Amino acid sequence: MSTYVAHDETDYAPPAEVGEVELYHPKTWLGQYVFSQDAKIIAVQYACTAIGIGLVALVFSWLMRLQLAWPNEFSFINPSNYLQFVSMHGMIMVIYLLTALFLGGFGNYLIPLMVGARDMVFPYVNMLSYWIYLFAVLLLVASFFVPGGPTGAGWTLYPPQAILDGTPGATWGIILMLVSLAFFIIGFTMGGLNYVVTVLQARTRGMTMMRLPLTIWGIFMATILALLAFPALFVSAIMMILDLVLGTSFFMPALVNKGQQAAHQGGSPILFQHLFWFFGHPEVYIVALPAFGIVSDLISTHARKNIFGYRMMVWAILIIGGLSFIVWAHHMYVSGMNPYFGFFFATTTLIIAVPTAIKVYNWVLTLWRGNIHFTVPMLFAIGFIFTFINGGLTGLFLGNVTIDLPLSDTMFVVAHFHMVMAIAPILVVFGAIYHWYPKITGRMLNDSWGRIHFWISFVGSYAIYYPMHYLGFMGVPRRYYAITGTNFIPESAHSLNVAITVAALIVGAAQILFIWNMIHSYFRGKPSGPNPWNATTLEWQTPETPPTHGNFGKTLPAVYRWPYDYSVPGVGPDYIPQNIPPNEVAKGAWATPATGSAA
Amino acid sequence: MTITLVFLAFLMGVVVFWLFRQSINVQPWVAQAAAQDVQVGVLARPTAKITLVVFLAVATSLFALFISAYAMRINYLDWTPLPEPRLLTWNTAILVVASVAMQWAVISARRGSVEGVRTGLGVGGGLSAAFIVGQLIVWKQLSDAGYFVNSSAATGFFYLLTAVHGVHVLGGLVAWGRAFTRLARKDPPKVVTLSVELCAIYWHFLLAVWIALFAVLASPALGLAICTTPAAG
Repeated sequence: MSTYVAHDETDYAPPAEVGEVELYHPKTWLGQYVFSQDAKIIAVQYACTAIGIGLVALVFSWLMRLQLAWPNEFSFINPSNYLQFVSMHGMIMVIYLLTALFLGGFGNYLIPLMVGARDMVFPYVNMLSYWIYLFAVLLLVASFFVPGGPTGAGWTLYPPQAILDGTPGATWGIILMLVSLAFFIIGFTMGGLNYVVTVLQARTRGMTMMRLPLTIWGIFMATILALLAFPALFVSAIMMILDLVLGTSFFMPALVNKGQQAAHQGGSPILFQHLFWFFGHPEVYIVALPAFGIVSDLISTHARKNIFGYRMMVWAILIIGGLSFIVWAHHMYVSGMNPYFGFFFATTTLIIAVPTAIKVYNWVLTLWRGNIHFTVPMLFAIGFIFTFINGGLTGLFLGNVTIDLPLSDTMFVVAHFHMVMAIAPILVVFGAIYHWYPKITGRMLNDSWGRIHFWISFVGSYAIYYPMHYLGFMGVPRRYYAITGTNFIPESAHSLNVAITVAALIVGAAQILFIWNMIHSYFRGKPSGPNPWNATTLEWQTPETPPTHGNFGKTLPAVYRWPYDYSVPGVGPDYIPQNIPPNEVAKGAWATPATGSAA
Repeated sequence: MTITLVFLAFLMGVVVFWLFRQSINVQPWVAQAAAQDVQVGVLARPTAKITLVVFLAVATSLFALFISAYAMRINYLDWTPLPEPRLLTWNTAILVVASVAMQWAVISARRGSVEGVRTGLGVGGGLSAAFIVGQLIVWKQLSDAGYFVNSSAATGFFYLLTAVHGVHVLGGLVAWGRAFTRLARKDPPKVVTLSVELCAIYWHFLLAVWIALFAVLASPALGLAICTTPAAG
């Protein structure tokens, strides 16, 4: 009982009872459900918008795959819009889906509930954050309908080609893209300030930093990364807009365009690459760190065992975040850099494997001799571990300069980053939705459909990306509309492409099952009760399910323990919620179904 | 990128120190009564102040990246500096006085002198507006002399960096307006003091950023100069 608990100047305990006046109360239907300042509603708005635009990007990936499998079969796919599909698919998935869903969606929903706060510290700014994000999405969608269509410059938007005519969307598409990114960043910064400061300032009594669930640590650190890294994208977007609109030469070198000497001179495309990847690499961890955090909680909860090495996990999150800022140039090995530079960045890249491996070991050691329940969230969490290790191992190949040079811009790279930062985080997104959907709606998602969804998505993803590694070894380039006149690519590579496309169509279609499950269960799902997974964290201890405005009723919970008290010896139930005082543990009274739920 | 990395290394150091203090000697798996020794309902640091500090870290990251881009771009062959507008020195002086006035407002607020707060805020805000006008005159002078934003990379960076800084000053003036409204409405002294303090922190930040920008824009000693007065006329 005498253990020292760190309290510093940011460690703050709000009063147990919050007066009615201190909470914002919406007065109209519009204020309650549309222009809501409640983080839970904002979270759902973020998530729906992100998933909606993500489905558009999914269709783009189908169109790409159709072209690769059956070239010249489809009249609606030409070289220009193939490049547009590639670019929009990448940009939407990375920024408008994953970043927005993890931080705007899960961040908004889970931070106040898990730290024991009534809401974010600045609810109004939080609301603005969503509406600016929506505006950014609408700008992006608008670029599909302007003359020339959206930009086809690749999601990396490298100049000079991004703004030279000849690239699809070089007149309107690229401007809308850059302006949309700038708005996204402004909106995100508003939300991000909220997430960070809420974790620092609005924790309930007893919730020290070292008692935060790892989900919150992951989201917290990812938000800090995003707040510091997104300015790099902002800077490059602004400078590229100036190059395009005002004719400056930040990035644009002197060049001859269609026989005409362009007005630009002396700019540096490499400068853009540095800025872009200074954002781009931390972006990988902006997506990965929340996934790491969430998966830690899923594994611990569904294996009924405390997380192995909690403090190590927190430090690993911090070290990964710090290192992610000094590896960016491993995306630029082929840009002709000084070999010593390459050596430096290869070394830092490989060092990141150490804290990452610590996390993987800790997940596996948490599973070791745990009471593993193969629930749907657990399936997705274990699927994540496999996929993440796979993608991480191919990262060791690409992190080395000499191996990267021949593999750069081949399908191997596509396979690598889809495994590590597309499939792995999206498996966590699914797992998290199956896990928290009962809290958000009060109803369970259909279990059998969830299992079918998992197996098709998991096996299907491997069917898509495993063969792609071989295509990459053979030298099949990425982003090519069609490959003609080469003799190093055998006919069998083409059959593989057809197989990949078939798998991609099936996996994509399986997501309809998931969407339908979400819609159907909202109305017809089995009532879940307040705590269907017998979890310990505060969001499962709310008096109402789904939690109402203000989250915790009249009195905020006090926290007495860390969030991983599972299967504690000598205690009746196999979990002790964070808000159970030590002197009530012996009674074990919390395990009886609580009243006042939707059940 | 070195400049940005130095900033990030500093920030990382702060975070590591903080996390070390959070996690040293703490065994989170040991349950205990909720710490009652923490003063309940009292913020050690107001939330708004913490938020401002986090925001300033983001803004610093933005400026550090702009300056990094500038430091990389300057090495290319076509770099042609432009003459240094003399007005910049005056504008710098104006901003220094504005910052001092803001600090004066804070001191007065803590002493409870409403008159002093009004003077400090008034002078600070007025001079900041004058600074903006001064920067616009610099732009006018440069464009009259034929240095447009697209004339060369140096002019491009000059306009870009001053514009980004100017936008931050304008944003500050919005917050200044809110502080002034609170003062005029005769809000409780605590509220007024906090918003004046926030303004002052922000103004010192604006001044620090401007001095850094002024140094890299106009000091040949740093080897980064955009503006050098041409040796021969």
